[in-house]
Amino acid sequence: MVRKLPRKDAVIIGLGWTGAILGHELTDAGLDVVAIERGPWRDTATDFNVAYAPDELRYAVRKDLFLQPAQEAMTMRNNVSQTALPMRDYGSFLPGHGVGGAGTHWNGHTWRFFPSDFRLKSHLTERYGAERVQDLQIQDWGVSYDELESAFDRFEYLCGISGKAGNLNGTIQDGGNPFEGPRKRDYPLPPMQMTYAPTLFAEAARAKGLHPFPTPSANLSGAYVNPLGVAMGQCTFCGHCERFGCANYSKSSAHTTVLPVLMRKSNFEARTECEVLKINLAPDGKSATGVTYIDVNGEIFEQPADIVLLNAYGLFNVRLMLLSGIGKPYDPSTGEGVVGRNYCYQTNAGTQVFFEGKHMNPFIAAGALGQTVDDYNGDAFDHGALDFVGGAGLNCIPTNGRPIQYRPVPPGTPRWGSEWKKATKAYYNNTLTFSSQGSSYATRGNYLDLDPTYKDRFGRPLLRITFDFPDNDIRMSNWISGRMQEIADQLGGKQAVVARARKGWNSVPYQSTHNTGGAIMGTDPNTSAVNRHLQSWDVPNVFAIGASAFPQNAGKNPTGPVGALAYWAADSIRNHYLKNPGRLVEA
Amino acid sequence: MKTAALFAGLAAATLVGTAGFASDLFDRIEAGRYQAILGDCSACHTRPGGKPFAGGEPLETPFGRLVPSNITPDPETGIGRWSYEDFRSALKRGIGKDGKRLYPAMPYPAYSSMSDSDIADLWAYFQKVEPVSNRVVSNQLPFPFSIRTVMAGWNLLNFSPKEFQSDPAKSAEWNRGAYLVNGAGHCGTCHTPRSLTGADKGGEFLRGGNLQDWFAPSLTGDPHKGIGAWSKDDVVAYLKTGANRFDIASGPMAEAVAQSTSKWADSDLQAVATYLKDVKSDGTAAPKPVAADEQAMVSGKAVYFDRCSACHVSSGQGQPSLFPTLAKAPLVNSTDPSSLIRVVLAGSQAVGTAAKPTTPAMPSFAWNLDDAAVANVLTYVRNSWGNAAPAVTPGQVKDMRASLRK
Repeated sequence: MVRKLPRKDAVIIGLGWTGAILGHELTDAGLDVVAIERGPWRDTATDFNVAYAPDELRYAVRKDLFLQPAQEAMTMRNNVSQTALPMRDYGSFLPGHGVGGAGTHWNGHTWRFFPSDFRLKSHLTERYGAERVQDLQIQDWGVSYDELESAFDRFEYLCGISGKAGNLNGTIQDGGNPFEGPRKRDYPLPPMQMTYAPTLFAEAARAKGLHPFPTPSANLSGAYVNPLGVAMGQCTFCGHCERFGCANYSKSSAHTTVLPVLMRKSNFEARTECEVLKINLAPDGKSATGVTYIDVNGEIFEQPADIVLLNAYGLFNVRLMLLSGIGKPYDPSTGEGVVGRNYCYQTNAGTQVFFEGKHMNPFIAAGALGQTVDDYNGDAFDHGALDFVGGAGLNCIPTNGRPIQYRPVPPGTPRWGSEWKKATKAYYNNTLTFSSQGSSYATRGNYLDLDPTYKDRFGRPLLRITFDFPDNDIRMSNWISGRMQEIADQLGGKQAVVARARKGWNSVPYQSTHNTGGAIMGTDPNTSAVNRHLQSWDVPNVFAIGASAFPQNAGKNPTGPVGALAYWAADSIRNHYLKNPGRLVEA
Repeated sequence: MKTAALFAGLAAATLVGTAGFASDLFDRIEAGRYQAILGDCSACHTRPGGKPFAGGEPLETPFGRLVPSNITPDPETGIGRWSYEDFRSALKRGIGKDGKRLYPAMPYPAYSSMSDSDIADLWAYFQKVEPVSNRVVSNQLPFPFSIRTVMAGWNLLNFSPKEFQSDPAKSAEWNRGAYLVNGAGHCGTCHTPRSLTGADKGGEFLRGGNLQDWFAPSLTGDPHKGIGAWSKDDVVAYLKTGANRFDIASGPMAEAVAQSTSKWADSDLQAVATYLKDVKSDGTAAPKPVAADEQAMVSGKAVYFDRCSACHVSSGQGQPSLFPTLAKAPLVNSTDPSSLIRVVLAGSQAVGTAAKPTTPAMPSFAWNLDDAAVANVLTYVRNSWGNAAPAVTPGQVKDMRASLRK
């Protein structure tokens, strides 16, 4: 028995960063909005209790805040010749769960992608010729950096990002990122006070002629009241950001920036522990009529709505589109179809430098407290003589010195016993870690679809990830590792260990929760699932908002562009769609 | 039904308008709606999530349990059969329809100084509220307090209805403030200490009171445990938004701000501030702080830095609109530490208003701090950064724990 509920103007699937922003914007426009969230309600005081929030065993090791495969698993394989198997535990990436989503447990690195990233195919073709990118399936976003500038700005001011502008209206600023696109004004808060390891890293990078700058951080450098009137506090450097909710109201998330205002509104409602099973379509398949969801008691409801917003984690946006028959599924054998296309990830490698006699004090830390070098990111440097495109940000951001998982020891140290104990004592305070966060460019064979074999607890096919690191990205990452070696040499420790990326993506060890693509935006309905307004080409009252829309991933964390896309889509809906519901772009 | 029905004891009442008929004029009803906000009637008479004024959550008084009545115009279960005179008498004298005596949990000792004009407006408004059928058994007190006539004796001892007398030597604004604080605003219901029989201690007006395990701090000009350091603008900001540069409202005051004072006219808040800034303290000097090298202070400091300083910071300054300042805060320096103990044990959520929507909260520490640790950390907080107040004892914490478990 399906209970049909009264109609709403808009239904939001997933109450994380983008769901909260869209909820706020659309209720401001007068719409009656309901958000349906499959995880539990969460708020700072109750769920990120300052008295037990820094529980490493519970949150970092046992992963208390994350989606469990028992609720929704995925299958994975490296290429189409393999048979995908279910991931029995989330490892390589950790999808969020509950109100706030993955924005609850993030570190807080808040970037704008480079202007060239948004027209990547055009830019690289113009600069290096079409041959250089022929093995890749990279695309333009269909929206420019200049068009998104105010949306980036709004997200940064919503969050109270702490940073230093590198390019104010075209004028390069000392101490900021000289490679960033022009911004109209500086960050709302100054950079965080720098700790020792990033300071050493920045000195070494500068000595090599590079341009280090403080990483733009959603861990706040001071007290802040955002434009919605919500107050946040100064970060205490407790070193419990990634995998944790912030107990001090000092890491930006939906809870600390939007929800206190949104939840007060009479035209907004959140239904938690309710999982959307599918988006319902009219018989002709050309419009959505609402969603069907199941509550925690197993009761099934139909929620009719005029607009359906996919605000779930990017991978789940894609799966719901596939399950609901919205858009043509992507087929890697022909390169045709759009839903599942251009799944990308992140190409990372780490460096450890071991010293003697230092006091790194790694426990004085925050998730985004550090220094970044962007000289080798994106197309900030000339790739003319190189055999790859793309690049990586080099980040020295020691996020924590937590007692269970932060035990750096040099290679060759026994894994246990007295020698291990001796080494862990010697190097806890004497290790400097930095890493490359590399771009991930689309190829024809990396994609998402529905698994033919494995099903979830409701009998729906699981999402299947077919992914391996493209050869281009491996060449890029290895070249970057050479640059990391140069900085490590400059740092002059006793020993440096520079990792090198290899083919064969493994879903077990943690790498990055930056899964992008699958419902990408663009200007051509044959190569993109949503148009430049994040609107489904096929079902125009459905919008899919999130990293699922990235045509490929840059060498930066995705949350900044995700927040910007949320404001961009909200503006499109408020200023264009509501006035004239229908396709915002004619194909 | 609304015909004037005078009964003994009400002969002196002055009727307003047309012999007690409620006005149907828009402006009178609107004025009455505002009187209901000033009086914060809904705080007691509306259950959270319930129909407006259809009866409230039980009040735990030192004498037992009382349930606020249904004051909608429902004839069977509300005040639909009351006359204006019944209503006026309830507010002015604590005597409702048919001579039924009210318990002073209903703050009629304060409302008694409301003007007849304001009471008539309030009556006009309550005639237009949606009638809700909801039978409330108000009196759940144990014997002998359950006998309402007991209150005749109480009134004889503790209550003499009096009209508000304006002070010609003071400004109109001051007098308006005095009228609001003493009358509809009923600030003294919480902020004036109570005698053993539950009456306001007349000579100690607004010097801080204990009600339902909360201590409401002094609102006098006492620079140490009152609001002597607050400017008029600080008072207005606190009442309007729930926070100012010193403090953030929590506990019962959070409700009072959210439902009442944040909706007051700015001119009325200014008037209240003008009046409060003129309320004299008891003149006693601040006590000497407990010495920093005493064991309770040393232990308390360790607990503070471990558990409290992440939010309230090492200097006790807190963070604006988020974590209250502990340094030189009236509540922290009050002789009675009830609110502090309670907040540490049970946690507390700050008020949310349109101007200050954050609603930050402090979690409970009852599970990981024992009685001695709570006592020590509060002793440290109460005697650091310019604060000075009597040490908190583990026994006080133990008693509060027991009281909160009830």
